[in-house]
Amino acid sequence: MSHGPCDACEELLQGYLDRELTDSEVGQAESHLDACDYCRRRYRFEDDLRTYVRTTAAERMPSGLMDKLTQLRSADA
Amino acid sequence: MGEEEPEIEGRRIAAEARDRVRFEEEALALADQVYRVARRLVGTREEAEDLVQDTYGRAFRSWRSYTPGTNLRAWLLRILTNLNLDRGRKVQRTPDLLPIEEGDYYLANKMAESQGEQVLDQDRVVEKLSQDSIVTALSSLPHDFRDTVVLVDIGEFSYADAAQILDIPIGTVMSRLHRGRRLLKQQLAEETIA
Repeated sequence: MSHGPCDACEELLQGYLDRELTDSEVGQAESHLDACDYCRRRYRFEDDLRTYVRTTAAERMPSGLMDKLTQLRSADA
Repeated sequence: MGEEEPEIEGRRIAAEARDRVRFEEEALALADQVYRVARRLVGTREEAEDLVQDTYGRAFRSWRSYTPGTNLRAWLLRILTNLNLDRGRKVQRTPDLLPIEEGDYYLANKMAESQGEQVLDQDRVVEKLSQDSIVTALSSLPHDFRDTVVLVDIGEFSYADAAQILDIPIGTVMSRLHRGRRLLKQQLAEETIA
């Protein structure tokens, strides 16, 4: 299944999600998203996926570690 | 020899001690965030703890080389990723045979294919992916790709910060990130949908 005209947008969307596009590229991405359901769904999916990966892969620091790090300080002495 | 000199020297030492305390406190306040990144760069919790401890040991010793006002979290992560390499992480070349690379939309498309396009309109459709599958998929990435994906997607660093931390050009960050994320989604698609 080819979505030829959306290939360029597919690439642009990653930078858009990373907020690393130039102003004119942002304009390009946004006007495409306004017009294209196919890409808008996938944009939302990608956006949710990033948040989900970040939160599910996050593991809090084990409880004892902070004490160990504090002991490494030299300024306390 | 002026009589004031010992006093000036005393004040200098006191000021330095204050700077040092401030540095250490700021660094410690970032420990949880540093650990989160470390945890996904290595295989086990124990390794991550060791790595973070070594990082803070080195940071506290070389605190003078940190420029106040610059990104301290990035500075700490740079120490951490260097230590991780030094620790003999096998310098792994990107395998010659990576799977044929699918596009950015691969995972979304696979879901749409198996459950219909409208599945993508559901809220929280990504939650169909299990936490285990995400952790496994991340850890299966080739190291170079994983470092970049973890820094940007878990650590929320900019491309420029990631480039500085890993000491690679920004274009390399972008291509590793791009390919790493594609591989990640491919792996997730295979694990979850196959």
